[in-house]
Amino acid sequence: MRVDVAVLRRDFPIFEAQPAPFHYLDSAATAQICRPALEALCRFEGKARANVKRGVYRLAEAATRAFEEARRQVARLLGGVDPAEVVFTAGTTLALNLAAHGLSPRLGPGRRVLVSVLEHHSNLVPWQLACARTGAELVAVPATADGRLDHEALERLLDSRVAVVALTHASNVTGAVSDVARVARAVRAVGAVLVVDGAQRIPHGPVDVRRLGCDLYAFSGHKAYGATGAGVLWGRRELLEPFPPFLGGGEMITRVTLAHSSYREPPHRFEAGTPPIGPVLALGAAARWMMAQDWQALRAHEEALTRRLLAGLAAMRDVRILGPTDVGERIGVVAFTLESHHPHDICQLLDERGVCTRGGHHCAQPLMDHFGIEASVRASLAPYNDEADVDALLEGLETVRRILG
Amino acid sequence: MSARLYHEAILAEARRGEGAGRLEAPERVVERDNPLCGDRIRLEVQLRDGRVVALRHTTRGCLLTRAAASLLARLAPGRTPAELAELDRRLEHWLAGAGEVPDEALALFAPVREVSSRHDCVRLPFMAAAALAREEAS
Repeated sequence: MRVDVAVLRRDFPIFEAQPAPFHYLDSAATAQICRPALEALCRFEGKARANVKRGVYRLAEAATRAFEEARRQVARLLGGVDPAEVVFTAGTTLALNLAAHGLSPRLGPGRRVLVSVLEHHSNLVPWQLACARTGAELVAVPATADGRLDHEALERLLDSRVAVVALTHASNVTGAVSDVARVARAVRAVGAVLVVDGAQRIPHGPVDVRRLGCDLYAFSGHKAYGATGAGVLWGRRELLEPFPPFLGGGEMITRVTLAHSSYREPPHRFEAGTPPIGPVLALGAAARWMMAQDWQALRAHEEALTRRLLAGLAAMRDVRILGPTDVGERIGVVAFTLESHHPHDICQLLDERGVCTRGGHHCAQPLMDHFGIEASVRASLAPYNDEADVDALLEGLETVRRILG
Repeated sequence: MSARLYHEAILAEARRGEGAGRLEAPERVVERDNPLCGDRIRLEVQLRDGRVVALRHTTRGCLLTRAAASLLARLAPGRTPAELAELDRRLEHWLAGAGEVPDEALALFAPVREVSSRHDCVRLPFMAAAALAREEAS
């Protein structure tokens, strides 16, 4: 079925608020919030605000119920997992730091952590820190020339020394989607744990994490049509169970004396203090919105736009596309360089035409090194984009070339 | 606004690239990165009696950074590192909308004042120069 973008945009208040021209092509950084998520956030903060998990009055009980309902909605988005396996965090970064902390007891001298060259800094730096703390060795898995995970190289690196493999599901630069199921089988064969950064993949449709076969999966609400401030770490119950506490505080304990504390079961053990309740409720509403969409149609829509964008860029002189050109292997996240023009100069001039893109290293400096560049321009698509957005970008680039020479 | 940002004077200054290159035997070297985009500048400086007598830069950056580096190369000779640090401080204030332009040569950056995300692009060379003074102080 064809996607009617005008109808779909009614679900996104930003399109009523922003003056034309408005071509939002930075959803990989932050997607626009969908109306149900915004309403859930506003309803809670304005009409139903109370803390969760403690109060006995009706308002607090309702807040707790809504909070746990959000957990159930996220569990559905992840393929119908056990809601107790869904840990709410402040975002992907905190989720991956929690993963690195929780898996640290498995690390030590002689043990290895594999990370790919494709990783966002948030799925690299926590592992650098964990390795420095424990004496484990961090080993890089290379990428292919067109910015995909080198699956063969990864499989060659897998042996009994490997304790953790941490990979992005989809690159925030090249858009390449890794074959996580294939990786998971190989990782399981050596008894290691597979941590997946799903921040870029989740906004492109629900993910069945059990079917993928990974052990931990992280993502952010604000990239998945929710509010900023909430994210998720999903983990297999048997894996989360022995994780040591991460942040200490209220809500995560069973009993505290001056000398000692005992801790609750997951997920509450990892949700110290007052959680970001409004953003979590928004995330739950966004997950429900996502589950109501026809992702087969949206995927076809995204592929058509990605094809149009890739073809338009490929037809331009001195444009270098960073990523696979086969739309079947990628999401609609397209990074490129234009001659030797600096990405910030390009993005600034595109903004003049209402085209919102991202320029920089995209928090993926090792991948920039892989391509032999410092930075790139990135256009990222979401269901609410249309042909006019892609064309505005392509026409804008011609203007950039004219101005910058 | 953006098109105005890239007016002819800024484009020309960036292309001019005054002071681009290396000194044969620099007395002082500082490097500064812009964490936002990975841009980098390396300053090589020769001092006499505490004042800059020669400055060269290797700049990997956007047009604004390159134009600013070119201007720094013109403004630095004769100044002390402390005076360059003061120039950076005043440049920061002026970009933020306060005070007078610290030197008429920098007035071409006036349109950048409206675009706060690009202030550090202009300041990067001057922040590197200010680091010379901090090194002296320590």
